[in-house]
Amino acid sequence: MPNIISIKNLSKTYASGFRALKGINLDIKRGEIFALLGPNGAGKTTLIGITCGILQPTGGSVTVDGHDIINDFRAARSLIGLVPQELHTDAFESVWATVNFSRGLFNKPKNPAYVEKILRSLSLWDKKDSRIMTLSGGMKRRVLIAKALSHEPQVLFLDEPTAGVDVELRKDMWQVVRELRDAGVTIILTTHYIEEAQDMADRVGIINKGEIILVEEKAELMHKLGKKHLTLYLQQKLDVLPPALAAHALTLSPDGTELIFSYDTQAERTGVTRMLAAVGDAGIRFKDLQTQQSSLEDIFVGLVSDRS
Amino acid sequence: MNFRAIQAIYYFEMSRTARTIWQSIVSPVLSTSLYFVVFGAAIGSRITEIEGIAYGAFIVPGLIMLTLLTQSTMNASFGIYFPRFTGTIYEILSAPISGIEIACGYVGAAATKSIILGLIILATSWIFVPLHIAHPFWMLTYLVLTAVTFSLLGFIIGIWAEGFEQLQIIPLLIITPLTFLGGTFYSIGVLPPFWQKIALFNPVVYLISGFRWSFFEVADVGHGISIAMTLLFLVICLAAVWWIFRTGYKLKK
Repeated sequence: MPNIISIKNLSKTYASGFRALKGINLDIKRGEIFALLGPNGAGKTTLIGITCGILQPTGGSVTVDGHDIINDFRAARSLIGLVPQELHTDAFESVWATVNFSRGLFNKPKNPAYVEKILRSLSLWDKKDSRIMTLSGGMKRRVLIAKALSHEPQVLFLDEPTAGVDVELRKDMWQVVRELRDAGVTIILTTHYIEEAQDMADRVGIINKGEIILVEEKAELMHKLGKKHLTLYLQQKLDVLPPALAAHALTLSPDGTELIFSYDTQAERTGVTRMLAAVGDAGIRFKDLQTQQSSLEDIFVGLVSDRS
Repeated sequence: MNFRAIQAIYYFEMSRTARTIWQSIVSPVLSTSLYFVVFGAAIGSRITEIEGIAYGAFIVPGLIMLTLLTQSTMNASFGIYFPRFTGTIYEILSAPISGIEIACGYVGAAATKSIILGLIILATSWIFVPLHIAHPFWMLTYLVLTAVTFSLLGFIIGIWAEGFEQLQIIPLLIITPLTFLGGTFYSIGVLPPFWQKIALFNPVVYLISGFRWSFFEVADVGHGISIAMTLLFLVICLAAVWWIFRTGYKLKK
């Protein structure tokens, strides 16, 4: 897949001297859902702000479908829809007026049928004449999404779209995102909810302290780092691992009360049955057991804490 | 040019005006009418004619200018400051629209509103005093040029301001005094010679003088100088707006 966004050596230093981005290189493929993860203050919003034209870069370049965001800003920005993190809305405007206003700003002719389609897909149609100030937070979020989609963008930035949004709306929203992806729209989202990236993304990028520390296919990442651990809570403390169990991938916890077995869920034979039989043969009794899969969250926390 | 974007901003601003009709149209018209009642009818009846013009009529161009200057500045500054304050400016900045186009939308709407106000006040003044407009073309030219220039100034203030107080400071502390001292209620000729010279540093003197000339062919300074000064001020404001968008001053961090 060719790249739709290409970020080269992008840096940003704010007037305060804070270096928000330190030479970012990142390519976004056409048609993918890319999840950008990172702790607060990592530079996610700065990266999006520069790409969309809200912030000025200190150095480096960004192109959107081959158009430079500064020299060819009209072509670049026409392709992008942005849903900001904060709920910035025109309180006194109606939903219908504000979505059509956005469409006009992006130089698109009026198209009531298309705007109606967007509002219906976001369950906003029956609110179209309501003033935005009368809407709930979740509804305002939908309005911002409708505004971002009003000009039929090819790239959609969702900056923490599900912050403060209830489960029902979150489901609806992801349904809309999937439909957009199926229609060929490239989606870049930032989120704190790692499960969302895990569910939705094709690729995952992790940013920390203004640097991209990892970009990987999500499936690959999960596979590479996705080990499973089976913990046996022992009835009686062990001082050492019995030699009969040495052939199995078992480790004894430092306090001697747990046996931990690591295995690869993708493997043809995980060795769980044989290990449990061997433990039984060795006369070890356990009171409970638990399995744990390393999630994107573990991977993320591991990576971020390694670098800090 | 992204004409649809200019149109979108223009309509957005005009619908804001329509929504706040009491504040934006009715209240300035009422306060100007009060000036007519107090200075024109009540006090003015005891003032002799100024340069052959009844005092009530003499102050009409000055009062229209007073409204034009304050309303243009207030409107345009609020128009651009409010999206900065609420954060909705993000959308304007991320849209495929140039700085000049953004300014056209906001300034165009603010100027339109002031011109409408100016014309309403002119019509209202006809109720109070008999009026004759000697040069309607020049009257309209001054009206439009002044509305546009001061809307540009307001736009600059709206971008510069860091709070609602700063937003009000320039209109209240600079523009209103300059207008009152610029000959709204009197001819510069009545001042002592020294203060007449000082008054010539007040740009509003040229606006009021030119505007009054278009009504009564009576002026404190030559009509040519008035038009030249008005255009000069327009060019200065345009240059400032151009610089703001070139550098992203206060708009883009």
